[in-house]
Amino acid sequence: MKTNRILMATSALVAGTTAVWAAGHVEMADSMTLVSWGGAYQSSQQKAYLEPYLEMNPEISATWDESSPQAVARMRAMYEADNVTWDLVDVVASDAIRLCDEGLAMEVDHDEILAPAPDGTPASEDFGDLIVSDCFIPQIVYSTTAAYRTDVEAWNGETPSDICALFDLETFPGTRTLERRPINNLEWALICDGVAQEDVYDVLETQEGQDRAFAKLDEIKDETIWWSSAAESIQSMADGEAVIGSSYNGRFFSAIVEQDQPIAMLWDAQVFDLDGWIIPADLPDDRLARVLDFVYFATDTQRLADQAAYISYGPARASSAPLVGDHAELGVAMAPHMPTNPANATNPFVYNYTWWADYRDDLDAKFQAWLAQ
Amino acid sequence: MSDALTNPADVASEHKAVTTFAMPLTALLGVILGYVGGQAASMPLIGVIVGAILGAAFAYVSGMVLEHNRTMGRWGAIALCGALGLIAGGFGGLVGGAIIGAILSWAAYWLTSGDYRRGVPIYSTPGQVLWHNSFLFICGFIFFFLIAPILTIIPLSFNAENFFTFTPEMLRLDPAGYSLKHYQDFFNSSDWQLAMRNSLIIAPFATIIAVTLGTIAAIGLSQSHIPGRQAIMAIMISPMIVPLIISATGMFFFYSAMGNWLEDNLGFSQEMTGYIKVILAHAALGIPFVIITVTATLVGFDRSLTRASANLGAGPVKTFFKVQMPLILPGVISGGLFAFITSFDEVVVVLFVGAAAQKTLPWQMFIGLREQISPTILAVATILVTFSVILLITLELLRRRSERLRGMTPG
Repeated sequence: MKTNRILMATSALVAGTTAVWAAGHVEMADSMTLVSWGGAYQSSQQKAYLEPYLEMNPEISATWDESSPQAVARMRAMYEADNVTWDLVDVVASDAIRLCDEGLAMEVDHDEILAPAPDGTPASEDFGDLIVSDCFIPQIVYSTTAAYRTDVEAWNGETPSDICALFDLETFPGTRTLERRPINNLEWALICDGVAQEDVYDVLETQEGQDRAFAKLDEIKDETIWWSSAAESIQSMADGEAVIGSSYNGRFFSAIVEQDQPIAMLWDAQVFDLDGWIIPADLPDDRLARVLDFVYFATDTQRLADQAAYISYGPARASSAPLVGDHAELGVAMAPHMPTNPANATNPFVYNYTWWADYRDDLDAKFQAWLAQ
Repeated sequence: MSDALTNPADVASEHKAVTTFAMPLTALLGVILGYVGGQAASMPLIGVIVGAILGAAFAYVSGMVLEHNRTMGRWGAIALCGALGLIAGGFGGLVGGAIIGAILSWAAYWLTSGDYRRGVPIYSTPGQVLWHNSFLFICGFIFFFLIAPILTIIPLSFNAENFFTFTPEMLRLDPAGYSLKHYQDFFNSSDWQLAMRNSLIIAPFATIIAVTLGTIAAIGLSQSHIPGRQAIMAIMISPMIVPLIISATGMFFFYSAMGNWLEDNLGFSQEMTGYIKVILAHAALGIPFVIITVTATLVGFDRSLTRASANLGAGPVKTFFKVQMPLILPGVISGGLFAFITSFDEVVVVLFVGAAAQKTLPWQMFIGLREQISPTILAVATILVTFSVILLITLELLRRRSERLRGMTPG
């Protein structure tokens, strides 16, 4: 008891002096923990933003935590235990919306904390529609798309030309690899079952429509490996275990261009999505100051364009697009590999965030039950 | 059998034994190996046929023609299969074929020369001989299944590509298919270096705490006058019995609260509390191992030694260090090794309790496997395997040396 009281008295004293001292100026923390997706994407962030930033601020130490796939669950647990160790979290747009709704992500004023474009356009206009939530600081536009191996003998020289090759076991026999979640798979199944693109979500709203999509997926279920992380799909296609499948376009780019794998893109019905930063809510002042300093730097026009030199994702700022050049190490022009390139975006599928926000939990459960059948 | 050759009847019966016993068995082995080899060269049917013919032929040759010239017979078989492999699959085929030849010719001599009866008494029935050899094969298979998965990672870690794949270049043993780049990645990547440093900080501290507390607990619990010994023991070893994921969840909330208290009241930095949390959590996991091993050595400890020591005027502390400790040291050391390995290998608790600044090698490997699947993981695994083997060999050599010095024979 007595020691406890002494401890509390001392700590009150320490806290008091700290508060007085901190009131003058906000000291920036000298370390930060960034959360991202690992793989080629994280290394593009490392090279385009973090390394230059650390060069300017050599006293800082930064640590990566490759936990973005579990970001929502991990952040809920951290706030419940009052032990938030993350400073900046990379998430997809729909996760940002969820975290923002739950109050776990900080709402930001984009014009205040982000750099304007070089011509003075404020950040909110430069990012435009891509700011889908008050908490979301967009970085890139990516797409989930399909690709196939180019050396499959059983296909007798045929090459897939549209997304329905995924479901065509007769012309394109072999193992498929698809993401272990309903999003995209159900839409593609309906399109290949004859539903027009614009009607997909109307059909998917009904019980019959959902049954129809699952029935279509049933056709290839026995031939499909379900991946949870994009690296798995690339791994199984690189070692020939799967011959056709879906992944993020940047992962395919890295396998095809950097690793020289016999894989070709099938841009048909690619699904665009956004990825960006959120700042956890209620960070201590010193850590918040450091993160804001980093985010200001890491999301300016030049940095977003630099990132496109390492991975084929489109920068989220309109002002970055003209600055996209060649691959930093291989020297190939990056523009033809961007999902937004007109040649690739001939038939993109328009993904409906708000629809999925309403139906996600329900269809997730149905999808998992269907997988277990 | 050699001196019976002059008798025509014996030659005939030997001929029969070779054709009815050894030849079908080696032919069968040849079919299996031929299928495996043929599959690699994508012509399994030809492999099966060639394997069967070669198996039967080797048995005949080793039993009837070259039975006294084993060296020549075996090298001949290896050369023949190697040549066939070379035709079918280049340099990789040569190596594969030579290995198949070595196995087949060994089996042929083993069966025809009667070596398979060597380990059993002369009066054993065929059933007993069969069981004896099956038993040896089962043991061999168990050994194989324990070791083979570990050995496959070693060549894969020298892969020149960024995937967990035996590329065609690697199978052809082409030097271009191999590289050290994943080892360079490991030594140049700040993430891996941080993980390595953290593992080397956390594991030793956790071990020291676990060994100290575990040894004291084991000695206390071995006193017969402690009330509720069984209950205390059960609580102490519960971290070993409760599923790890449950301990980890509990630890996450417990240590979060403790960490917040340390940060708010003692002014520790977040990084420092992170280390303290993980070290304490790992120590808690290691303590049961130390208690169990030390308790086991205490069973053979003669209590009258401590009374004799006290009788001679030594205090309890001196008695512990001079009398008891040297005798229970093997238990303490093996408990410490287990505690060290527990902390060094542990991934679940550190994922829950630690932050990214405390990521250890298993954390980095686990996350890397999930998000990246880069062979850097295999390079690290190879380094760790080599490190553990060296560590265990050193310990074993030291143990033998100390036993030799103390005049015991190593056992």
